[in-house]
Amino acid sequence: MLAYLTRRLFAAAVMLVVIILVVFCIFFLVPRWAGVDPATMFVGKQADPAAIEAVRQKLGLGDPILAQVWEFFKGLFAGRTYVGGGDVTQCSAPCFGYSFRNEQAIWPVLTDRFPVTLALALGAAVLWLIFGVAAGVLSALKRGSLWDRGAMVVALAGVSLPIYFTGLLSLAIFSYGLGWLDAQYVPIEESFTGWFGGMLLPWITLAFLYAAMYARITRATMLEVMGEDYIRTARAKGLREPVVIGKHAMRSTMTPILTMLGMDLGALIGGAILTETTFSLPGLGQAVLKAISDKDLPVILGVTLITSLAVIVANLVVDILYAVIDPRVRLA
Amino acid sequence: MYDALVTPLQRQVGAGYSRLRGVAATMTAPLHEPTAEAAPSAAEEAVLAGSAEGKAVQGRSLGRIAWERLKRDKLALTGGVVVLALIAIALLAPVITNLVGQDPETHHEDLIDPLFSTPKGAWGGISADHLLGVEPVSGRDVFARIVYGARISLLVGFLSALVAVVLGTVLGVLAGYFGGWLDAVISRVMDGLLAFPQLLFIIALVSVMPNEMLGLTGTGVRLFVMILVIGFFGWPYVGRVVRGQTLSLREREYVEAARSLGAGRFYILFKELLPNLVAPIIVYTTMMIPTNILTEAALSFLGVGVKPPTASWGQMLSSAIDYYDSDPMYMVIPGVAIFITVLAFNLFGDGVRDALDPKGSR
Repeated sequence: MLAYLTRRLFAAAVMLVVIILVVFCIFFLVPRWAGVDPATMFVGKQADPAAIEAVRQKLGLGDPILAQVWEFFKGLFAGRTYVGGGDVTQCSAPCFGYSFRNEQAIWPVLTDRFPVTLALALGAAVLWLIFGVAAGVLSALKRGSLWDRGAMVVALAGVSLPIYFTGLLSLAIFSYGLGWLDAQYVPIEESFTGWFGGMLLPWITLAFLYAAMYARITRATMLEVMGEDYIRTARAKGLREPVVIGKHAMRSTMTPILTMLGMDLGALIGGAILTETTFSLPGLGQAVLKAISDKDLPVILGVTLITSLAVIVANLVVDILYAVIDPRVRLA
Repeated sequence: MYDALVTPLQRQVGAGYSRLRGVAATMTAPLHEPTAEAAPSAAEEAVLAGSAEGKAVQGRSLGRIAWERLKRDKLALTGGVVVLALIAIALLAPVITNLVGQDPETHHEDLIDPLFSTPKGAWGGISADHLLGVEPVSGRDVFARIVYGARISLLVGFLSALVAVVLGTVLGVLAGYFGGWLDAVISRVMDGLLAFPQLLFIIALVSVMPNEMLGLTGTGVRLFVMILVIGFFGWPYVGRVVRGQTLSLREREYVEAARSLGAGRFYILFKELLPNLVAPIIVYTTMMIPTNILTEAALSFLGVGVKPPTASWGQMLSSAIDYYDSDPMYMVIPGVAIFITVLAFNLFGDGVRDALDPKGSR
């Protein structure tokens, strides 16, 4: 188990380094190939050459790409000092640099926005796991029944509906039309009920989409598992049906679900861009979207890193859980 | 039982041999003269297909069997018909809009309420002239924009799926067949890409691209970049499946047989292995297209994809955010267009999967 863990941790670390390199290349090399100097993105196109040169000096944008990456790495763990233009700026670890647009440090922005996205993703995940998996299992057990067909039609519709459409639709119906819920995001420190009310629609819409996907996958996996020999063996041993399903079938059914959950949760925690845009939630996704339209490279870099980290950590957790559920994984 | 009949050995050795001698035979080459051992399975298949009962047992190709299955799947056929209709709409967009006398980019400010900048009249300004109403502010005809939007959706959906399938197939086959370090590298890259926060990277890549490139400008560049980037992030899904299939197929006897007859590596790859990979590739392609259409709509919704005045469904939804309370029709119409399109592709894709993979759940 320990060897397995070490291997997984090592792979995750390598992955993170690769992602940082790729992100750097995308944001600092591609613009250069396209003939745009990152320094001009900071100062603006009309700035005089001297100002551009000063920025390039201070941010080290003229250095070779690997040197820049190294400086960035060092900043993350040890802090970083920007020298140039006659002044010295000290940025303590973890230093993600400063926004090109408002010259704010990026780390506080990230810590500010992260909880919103985390709450959105976790709340929705609880909902979709409960309803999606339950619907899938029931459909598989009552295959061909009215419930099965109804649930699968709803699930198929669910996976075909984009979240930004169901989101707007639910806003128009429940918030504007019926007036049940307030569409406004309220920080949790201000009012818990206000926050809960504001998050309810985003949670439900996001969970609906994922519950539809999970119901389809759960049903398919469950059907396959129920046809296995060991289920017949379990029945032949005289086990009661709830035990056969709950203890024997569910265990195999949950493994692929868990893999999906890790990937989906990781991706969502890193920024549920579409949901946040639709409901105007001040999370990471909105931050990165704004940064992209502003060409604010350091912010994009910071959010991308957090996102990748979330995906990798989520996958790591899943891998470990996997090893707990399925002993074969440990030995492989 | 079905698997054992169609994939391995007999047909392949026979077909492969005849092809080596220069006789044309394709993947759908009928299975002639089933051996005594294979005959009962073939008969079962025939009964399953609901025809040929009592007649002499006739061999059928995988393609034929799949088609027979698909033909009985009403939902899948409905999806297929809708997909064909959408393709026709996209191809004939200028003809259709001419027919109703509208244009996707002409402004009709006289139809807009100057106070709220929403269309005059009920239901988003639906009238005999404007079948689906007009847009808020500009008064552009929604019907014409929906029709033209189909072009963008389908173009990106199909072409990016093509990019993904070509890349995924070639790299997957290479990884599976040659193994060793090549497999290690390709597999790691696939793992990495699958673990990437894809939407974020797609948005970022599309947004750092310049406005002019390779002789294309504006919408052209955006479409080109979107197709490439969406396709690039899609190939590992195909690649993984193709690699797995190749791994198991390369050990089969018919590959051995071809090798012993002196066939070269690339002959085996493309003539012996690839035809057997066609089924999973088709399944993944049909499932990938709706996902790509959704991604394109999402990008345009987020403002990094196709930009106005060019019409795209995602972009229409994004501008509808500001009017969901005052002009809900403007939000519903592009949303329903996306929904119908994606649903049709999903229905058809599910049908194709069930038809080609009988072991799959039904």
